[in-house]
Amino acid sequence: MVKHLIPNTLNEALEALSKHPYQIIGGGTDAMIQYRNHSDLSPRFKAHVMYIMNLKALQGISSNDAAIIIQSMTPLETLNSHALVPPLLRKVILEMASPALRYVATLAGNIVNASPAGDALVPLYLWDTEVVLQSHQNSRKIRLSECITGPKKTGIRADELLTQIIIPKHDESGHYYQKVGGRRADAIAKISFAGTYKINNNTLTDIRMAFGAVSATIVRQRDIENMIIGLNINDLSTKIEQLQAAYAPYIQPIDDQRSNRVYRKQVALNLIADFINHIIKEASRP
Amino acid sequence: MMTIKFMLNGTEQTIKTDPSRRLLDVLRKDFNLKGSKEGCGEGECGACAILLDGHITNSCCLPLASVHKRSIMTIEGYAKTARFDVLSNSFAEAGAVQCGICTPGMILAAESLLNQNPAPTDAQIRIGISGNLCRCTGYNMIVKAIQSAAKRGEGLW
Repeated sequence: MVKHLIPNTLNEALEALSKHPYQIIGGGTDAMIQYRNHSDLSPRFKAHVMYIMNLKALQGISSNDAAIIIQSMTPLETLNSHALVPPLLRKVILEMASPALRYVATLAGNIVNASPAGDALVPLYLWDTEVVLQSHQNSRKIRLSECITGPKKTGIRADELLTQIIIPKHDESGHYYQKVGGRRADAIAKISFAGTYKINNNTLTDIRMAFGAVSATIVRQRDIENMIIGLNINDLSTKIEQLQAAYAPYIQPIDDQRSNRVYRKQVALNLIADFINHIIKEASRP
Repeated sequence: MMTIKFMLNGTEQTIKTDPSRRLLDVLRKDFNLKGSKEGCGEGECGACAILLDGHITNSCCLPLASVHKRSIMTIEGYAKTARFDVLSNSFAEAGAVQCGICTPGMILAAESLLNQNPAPTDAQIRIGISGNLCRCTGYNMIVKAIQSAAKRGEGLW
């Protein structure tokens, strides 16, 4: 018999989790479909279910000197219009789902589902985002890239709740985002790509790139980014092929109902070139 | 079984049922409110749209548990408002209602948009209704209808 719990406080939720594992439902926009049954029948949940969407303690956005802190049940629609949220993340969110889904869907949902095609994960990887996992007695903070261990797999324990998403503050000259999908709204990405860059006196002082839907998890390679950090903007165009060759082994997409391997790989490599050309063009503006 | 309390079209309701049930099923079956339709059943078409605390959301992906202590309005409740009259007339005049299955969701998407932004541009309207599919109008008539409702209903939103 499946047991249902709507906790009134975070403490009540954590205490319950310390006794039994629960299927956690936030906004429910993925879980309710994943466990969908025939019309007018309850979803086929296999475990006890806990509904945390309305927990007050898990709502809100704040910041300190080093980072922006997003409580895990803050809806995407709230992030979308919040001044503290980085413009790149807002741009990504605007292309996720639709206003109706964004009103209940959360960043935390994107993280715990750990889909290789999770749109919000792509910019979050760029910023070395961390997540806070809280249990009844403890709390730990880990890198998002360590939290997600594979497609649909995370290192979150059964007694833990993802309570905060911590985005380190990041200085950029500009950013770039492309999502390739079948429809502007409500599409799951065939491939997505985000990049940020920083230029000082014609020198590229930072560059970050992340790819979605091209591998088991989001692809980000600091070692490849380092290959071109420190270069003069005028020398960037000569490095495009070298960058594409360096990323090629990490771009290992699959064939599925949305797209195929060959197309995804080619587009991913094209997007690298487009991003670099975008930086060159922006840098040459008077 | 759990007891769930929520406001439905302005009236407080208490219902004892399985809280994992989709709000859509509860509205249609337990309250006989058939204005919210099941289209795709997976959040892509918007035929099941309702207002949750005044903002559009899809009742097909929302467990009843999530509306505990919150406020729901369906097209049946909204149809009793002055804002609805403005939208209804504008939709009719612009030819924005054809087969009708998307219409309750479209009207609620328009309400949710106008509530946040009483004078939207065409582009903002298209984002506002981006989660609602219509296979008859080609959308232009709906965009026109919402544009005209915003003008005609000035001061209402």
